[in-house]
Amino acid sequence: MDIIQILLNGIVLGSLYACIAIGFSLVWGVLNIINMLHGSFIILGGYLAFFAWQYSHINPIFLLPIIATLLFGLGYLLQYFFINKVVMSPVLTTLTLTFGLDMILYNLMTVFFTATPRRVTLDLGSLNLGDMYLPVDRLMGMGLALLLTGLLFLVMRASKIGRAIVAVRMDRQAATLMGIRVNNVYAITFGIGAFMAGAAGVIFSLVFPITTNLTGTFLGKAFVICVIGGLGSVPGALIGGIALGLIESFAGYTIGPQNATTVGFVLMLFLLIVRPTGLVGVKGYE
Amino acid sequence: MKQFLYFGAFALWIVMIAATPLLADNYTIRVAISIAMFSAMAVSWNFIGGFTGYPSFSTAAFFGLGCYAGALAQRNGVPLVLAWVFATLFVAVFAAMLGAIILRLKGHYFAIGSIAIVDLTRLITSSWGSLTGGGDGLNVPLLQGNPQEVSALVLYVMLTILIIAFLTSIYVDRSRLGFGLKCISQNEDAADMVGVNTTSFKIVAYTLSAVFCGAIGAVYASWVGYIDPTDSFSILLTLKVPVMVLLGGAGTLLGPVLGAGVFVLLEEVFWANFLEWNRAILGGIIVFLIFFLPNGLLKIQYRDLFKKLMDKIGDAPKQVEKSS
Repeated sequence: MDIIQILLNGIVLGSLYACIAIGFSLVWGVLNIINMLHGSFIILGGYLAFFAWQYSHINPIFLLPIIATLLFGLGYLLQYFFINKVVMSPVLTTLTLTFGLDMILYNLMTVFFTATPRRVTLDLGSLNLGDMYLPVDRLMGMGLALLLTGLLFLVMRASKIGRAIVAVRMDRQAATLMGIRVNNVYAITFGIGAFMAGAAGVIFSLVFPITTNLTGTFLGKAFVICVIGGLGSVPGALIGGIALGLIESFAGYTIGPQNATTVGFVLMLFLLIVRPTGLVGVKGYE
Repeated sequence: MKQFLYFGAFALWIVMIAATPLLADNYTIRVAISIAMFSAMAVSWNFIGGFTGYPSFSTAAFFGLGCYAGALAQRNGVPLVLAWVFATLFVAVFAAMLGAIILRLKGHYFAIGSIAIVDLTRLITSSWGSLTGGGDGLNVPLLQGNPQEVSALVLYVMLTILIIAFLTSIYVDRSRLGFGLKCISQNEDAADMVGVNTTSFKIVAYTLSAVFCGAIGAVYASWVGYIDPTDSFSILLTLKVPVMVLLGGAGTLLGPVLGAGVFVLLEEVFWANFLEWNRAILGGIIVFLIFFLPNGLLKIQYRDLFKKLMDKIGDAPKQVEKSS
């Protein structure tokens, strides 16, 4: 029975991880930018959810669309006014710029929200199936994460803007010639990345305590998942996320939770060298 | 002629820093030590990031390993200077072995891989408690002497490392190695085609970028007397050093020294006056740097700038006349 419990924990954790990584993967795949702001976006979403919940006592699930849309706006503006100016520069420039922006956002958050860990407590109890034990808030988080991932997949697949994003990813110049406004598409893509990060933050605030110190941890997870799953594709991020969740939960059980993250990083370095396109996303154009 | 001017400026700068223990108070000496320390790391990073053009973000891993190797050697009875040398060699070997693996990657993947090295070394250091003391950190044997003497000693050791690093970078810049590295920076495939041994050149550059950071780390550990994983392997450090080089001018000889000096002095001012906002201000500097000084301080055409400024000042009264 232990094995099944670990498996379930892994899948629940993995769906949350997928939600963390999907925006990061999209931005990297389409814009060719390593977005160091991603971790802070997640934490910002979590904080906004916590304070909105504390103030109004509305279940954060209903606040999720509003918070995520706010983050979409923030991401859109950042990309449109700052990052677009250097989007074609080498990775050193873009990475440094997003890190600089991240330092500003991080500082603002520590000043206005302080670094105290905060968590939305809903006290929903847990489901007991035989020997297995599943907290309801985690299940809810998993459901939300999968729902959002599915929605994003549909948007990328069936909507006009989704097709435009994929087109820009495939060939920027051809897309320009077809009348796509590339700068706008870039800004929207970055906005979607921030949207998904904000949503992931809201979900995380239901399940784990949120504090600014976690930004680096989340960013690290996003790196690992992207390398496992490949860049820019929704199914890739989902598979990468669930794979990492399973690996961490099995590693935590066999060699101790403090080593679980290390295993993820070692696997990532190994994959980077052996198979840098990721397990799934060879082409990854959805 | 211009070169003599540059090296004269460097020598003057070194003499100024070296003179601080004789003239100034302890606080100034601390700032001088920071300048020497970050200058040496910036010059180091320039080998891989400036000459070769690889976005390496593993500086903090080398620095942290240097801290721990030096500290552990000393705790196991190795004399001070030998411990420093051991740490330097250890980091050099580590970087050469790591480089052979990680330098197959390019661009974004290399950047991510090199950041992951920092995280990985930190995680391993904190979970290997029996050797490294884990998250509690390690006490390092203190240097002998009163505070004045200790800081003067640390300053001179750091300056020596900086001078060695600087001389190495001059040598590399003028040798076949430097030429090859610049070829790799411009077009790696073409460099490979015309007979540059890209793999071994890159490994040498990567090792050079690590070795001085390792030495600095070991000396730093002896200076502060206490190290822990979060401080030694900090992601902030790993990004600060490239930013310093970019600020001064990547791929130039004097750029890293200039950038590190300016950055440390700015940081001191901000720490002193805006403690709460210091991180945001550093972020602001980075954003400003990327947009307005993409080639660094050294590459600004000061003459043009001056001329433009003079023109503007000269124009202003004329416009007033016209409009009236």
